[in-house]
Amino acid sequence: MIKNLKPAVAAVAVSLALLSQSAMAAEEQFFPIVSYRVGPYGANGQAFYGGFVDYLNYVNMKEGGVNGVKLAWEECETEYNNAKGVECYERLKGKAKSSAGPIHTMSTGISYALIEKAAADKLPLAMMGYGRTDAVDGSVFPYAFPLVTTYQMQASAIVKFLKDKENGSLAGKKIVYLYHDSAYGKEPIVALQAEASLNKFELSLIPVAHPGNEQGAQWLKIRQEKPDYVIFWGWGVMNQTAMKAAQKVGFPRDKMVGSWWAGSEEDTVPAGEAAKGYMSATWNVAGKSVPLIADIEKSVYGAGKGNLQDTSKLGTILYNRGVSAAVLSVEAIRKAQEKFGKGKAMNGEQVRWGLENLAITDARLKQIGATDLLPEIKTSCNNHEGSGKVKIQQWDGTKWTPVSSWIEGNKGLIHPLFESSAKQYAKEKGITPRDCSKEKI
Amino acid sequence: MLYREAGQFKTSYAADQQLFPIRQDRIGILVLLAVAFLGIPGMASEYWFSAILIPFLIFALAALGLNILTGYAGQLSLGSAAFMAVGAYAAYNFQLRVEGIPILVSFLMAGVTAAGVGVLFGLPSLRIKGFYLAVATLAAQFFIVWCLTKFPWLSNNSSSGVISAQKVEILGHVFESPREKYLLVLSIVVVMALAARNLVRTSTGRAWMAVRDMDVAASVIGIRLMPTKLLAFAVSSFYCGVAGALYAYCYLGSVEPDGFSLEMSFKILFMIIIGGVGSILGSFLGAAFILLLPIFLDVTLPWLAGLFHLPFSNATVSHIQMLVFGALIMFFLIVEPHGLARLWQIAKEKLRLWPFPH
Repeated sequence: MIKNLKPAVAAVAVSLALLSQSAMAAEEQFFPIVSYRVGPYGANGQAFYGGFVDYLNYVNMKEGGVNGVKLAWEECETEYNNAKGVECYERLKGKAKSSAGPIHTMSTGISYALIEKAAADKLPLAMMGYGRTDAVDGSVFPYAFPLVTTYQMQASAIVKFLKDKENGSLAGKKIVYLYHDSAYGKEPIVALQAEASLNKFELSLIPVAHPGNEQGAQWLKIRQEKPDYVIFWGWGVMNQTAMKAAQKVGFPRDKMVGSWWAGSEEDTVPAGEAAKGYMSATWNVAGKSVPLIADIEKSVYGAGKGNLQDTSKLGTILYNRGVSAAVLSVEAIRKAQEKFGKGKAMNGEQVRWGLENLAITDARLKQIGATDLLPEIKTSCNNHEGSGKVKIQQWDGTKWTPVSSWIEGNKGLIHPLFESSAKQYAKEKGITPRDCSKEKI
Repeated sequence: MLYREAGQFKTSYAADQQLFPIRQDRIGILVLLAVAFLGIPGMASEYWFSAILIPFLIFALAALGLNILTGYAGQLSLGSAAFMAVGAYAAYNFQLRVEGIPILVSFLMAGVTAAGVGVLFGLPSLRIKGFYLAVATLAAQFFIVWCLTKFPWLSNNSSSGVISAQKVEILGHVFESPREKYLLVLSIVVVMALAARNLVRTSTGRAWMAVRDMDVAASVIGIRLMPTKLLAFAVSSFYCGVAGALYAYCYLGSVEPDGFSLEMSFKILFMIIIGGVGSILGSFLGAAFILLLPIFLDVTLPWLAGLFHLPFSNATVSHIQMLVFGALIMFFLIVEPHGLARLWQIAKEKLRLWPFPH
């Protein structure tokens, strides 16, 4: 009897061991991806989320996930619509209870709608180069991360770039700020005004109504004012229209500096000849010369697992931006695993800690293959931005080439603006800010 | 058979004039309310509350507002989203600037403010009609969004123009969870829907319908056109304004002027066209159709694709969803141009005879 039982017990034991092993192997890190690939800005979304998903795939293929934890994801289409974004978030939230990567919406409107919800649900919300900028102050916004840099810091960095170009002084110069008349375009105004009074240049504000495909009047005004530079905050169809209009009134394109949403191939290619010489800020570099991008093309697309249908988008600004976003997300998970246990799936709270304690040096970037793809980043409780640096790039008619090194905006001038705005928000909402000095690292 | 009024005698004026004169309707409504107030809060998940039920109720309220103006009083309007924006920003400012004002009073004042703005933009209706009036209300749409962007005072000098709604607190209780917010929205919507149903059968409502059917004839029989039309604008904007305030406070939590775009106005207009112009029930059916069908398709299409092993990406699903959605709208408009509410009415008549159609 006992003899007969032995193999059975052994079989049960083995199968139990196998089971637990397979349960171990099934450890997955889930990414709720609230994306858009159709709708008015679909082209931008395709490149960004293509890059994002490609990198997640790449990590799975190359390393078998983060310390053995496979990356999994589900996408939900928002069409850049706030209400749909909220619906998508609510739908994916249920699956993100036990493990959740940072949520990237690539839409300021959706981010705004999710800030409170994400904090209540303890899910980290990343807003890389968009969204609510005063969330830099992590004591009020523990779950929101305007990573890398913000509109205000970018505006300040552009001013610094122009100042360097003018041999260190902008006094008496005239700068026109031409902007998309929405939350996006209005946000940098405070920063530019502060810079104007500091550097004694004259600032003139010219808004363009959405969608911005008619800018005749604005450029006529620019021609009358004869500014030394135009700082340009456009989005979508407004960008190419501006370049064509500038050409029409004879304003030199190399005196125009756009924001990073006005500096992708999707903007310059349709403008054709008019875009040549146009400059823009960016927090990630374009091109396939970055080893990581080349390797993604070779291994992910080589294996036929690429996410882009239109492979000509590989290596474009927005594609590389998507990869950069994914790199930071994965690094945050890696960091969180170091603290909370390697080889385990991290939940929203743990990933939040990872995002708040990112320290990505150039050496680490080189290790990943992302040499110079994005600036070094070091976040903390009272600095959810982590860098504040941008490069200025110029369109030469066929591709973007960087014309500066990483430029940091004037932190001493800009960050107090964030703090006071965050304080006002905390007061309105009745939030007691965390004490950052008590945060454990 | 099931739906027969035979044997229901009305022996008093009160019985004859009640909101739902047929017993089956009364029972139906009571059951519906019981399910909405008691059943759903116990069963639905957070996703259902915050992504489906709350927006459905809010848009139904906005559609109801537009239906009062367009369906009952016959004045075409393309400014519903703008009046919602007025409501949202007004509620925000009342909460912000008036110390200790109860939130429900803010909502009420939001409606009143929107009504005032609505009357202002309703003035052209005294001279122009039909499509021309639609264009005049289009001006409201652009003007209000421009105005909210232009004057930073309205958004408390927020650098981005985005406002984020304050806490919803009634009698010391903070409405935080989606379930509580749902119950709050539901109560407001039910009260306002019943009020609307009552309103359209009063002399005011009958005057609106007279103006809608032929304004010259209406003025001949002694209906004063100006107050009647302006009242329709006021009541309609009041409903839209309250819907806007709920949209900001109970649904999104933060809103920007650009969110209340012309597209949203069109959406509300489509809701009443699909649901039924000149019908309270139609506003609800239309809102359900326009809001819920895309979500339903979005959820079922990938599942269907998986079933048949079709290589659908997210983008393809989204495209197909739009195709199917558009086709369904055309289908319903061809089959029943008077909207879903009319289908329900036909069903009721059939049920009255069933099972003896002759």
